[in-house]
Amino acid sequence: MKIGILSLQGAFLEHEIKCAKLGVDCFEIRNKGDLKTGFDGLIIPGGESTVIGKLLRELDLFDIMRGMIGDGLPVFGTCAGMILLAKNILNDDRLYLATMDITVKRNAYGRQRDSFYTVGDFAGYGKIPMTFIRAPYIESAAAETEILAVVDNKIVAARQKNQLVTAFHPELHEDTCVHEYFFNMF
Amino acid sequence: MERGIAMAEQGRKWEKTDLFAVYHKGVIMDVTTPEQAKIAEAAGAVAVMALERVPADIRAAGGVARMADPDVVLRILDAVSIPVMAKVRIGHFVEAQILEALGVDFIDESEVLTPADEEFHINKKLFKVPFVCGARNLGEALRRIGEGASMIRTKGEPGTGNVVEAVRHMRQVLSEIRKLQNTPDEELMSFAKNIGAPYELVVEVKRLGRLPVPNLAAGGIATPADAALMMQLGCDGIFVGSGIFKSKDPAARARAIVDATLHYDDPAFLAEVSKGLGEAMPGIEISALKQEERMQERGC
Repeated sequence: MKIGILSLQGAFLEHEIKCAKLGVDCFEIRNKGDLKTGFDGLIIPGGESTVIGKLLRELDLFDIMRGMIGDGLPVFGTCAGMILLAKNILNDDRLYLATMDITVKRNAYGRQRDSFYTVGDFAGYGKIPMTFIRAPYIESAAAETEILAVVDNKIVAARQKNQLVTAFHPELHEDTCVHEYFFNMF
Repeated sequence: MERGIAMAEQGRKWEKTDLFAVYHKGVIMDVTTPEQAKIAEAAGAVAVMALERVPADIRAAGGVARMADPDVVLRILDAVSIPVMAKVRIGHFVEAQILEALGVDFIDESEVLTPADEEFHINKKLFKVPFVCGARNLGEALRRIGEGASMIRTKGEPGTGNVVEAVRHMRQVLSEIRKLQNTPDEELMSFAKNIGAPYELVVEVKRLGRLPVPNLAAGGIATPADAALMMQLGCDGIFVGSGIFKSKDPAARARAIVDATLHYDDPAFLAEVSKGLGEAMPGIEISALKQEERMQERGC
């Protein structure tokens, strides 16, 4: 198994460390050529969605990546990655890959000072650490979407077929549940 | 690379230093109006710094430079969805309280403004909002982190369009870290004493092989090549102050600097994005500055 990690801006190093810890091969995707090297799954990290989204388009990664996800490539988006995958963004005119049937709210918890840490149940794994940094949440999801975590009545993790998203940053903690869940999707 | 491991090992709760993840390889741009903030956001800025005047104009205007008018900050906060930073004078904790109340995402305790306290910096641990501070060497960086800074940047020499001081400061910090890594443990207390840094942070930097917070470049960056130079030297991201909105074509230059920060190690790509940007901001030779005009000596 080989994982491509979108490494344009944001938390890509932390996901690399997580892959290494679980003994999974990974490499950085930084340009179009990287997408042609053959890989089994894709991680879209947290960062600023406006920045990553703009670079995706400029570097011509956008259509190829969208096609690959449409064709069933397993993808895991955290925070900004979740925004990039959402088909609807409540408080933003911009849309990005728009491959997952969820409606998300950007910066849903407020500004930087409102960032927070909590523990919550994730997909039957029990309680796991969750760090929310200017995070979005999922306002609503299509019926076929599996809800994997709820914090304060807001959906913060979900899966639709080959697509997994979390509003929080599992890569910042020692816990490996969410990455294990992703690698078990293959 | 080591950074994430450190966080994992400690298995600790949310801390302001977790922001490394979000700002890594980002470009933060100085703006003075909502329109400029929108240009910066569209160009791919990871955050904007809301100011009344960019450093080049502060330098030209002289007099006492203070925190921006809250009205300017609020209008910029409303204009963009990316994080907004704003500057306070060194030691002016009330300006910081005001900015925190306004809801800014990050506070820069900055030598660009006239210091309010010539001896002490703000106790940044008292705030929920994270702080970034300038540093010229490892001791200064670790003192600021000890006070609670969540991000360090080089001081450089702001508003000059001259990258030489940022290079000097980045090299200084990184070379001191390399020396520290080769220093035996029994010499660390003495090392800490000599650079005037907290011992615990010295031990942590030796273990990590880097600062425990993001280490960005700032002060004099004016071209895509400048940004790539700082990235190749080993920093985590870029602040561009006067360099963008004092140039001929700010939108194109802003985009090019974002692109250059991403592909900093690809010369063909850098050549492409450096084309046809029009004139860069006029620069100032550092030796032409009088001692009292050097901002980097403020607060250490």
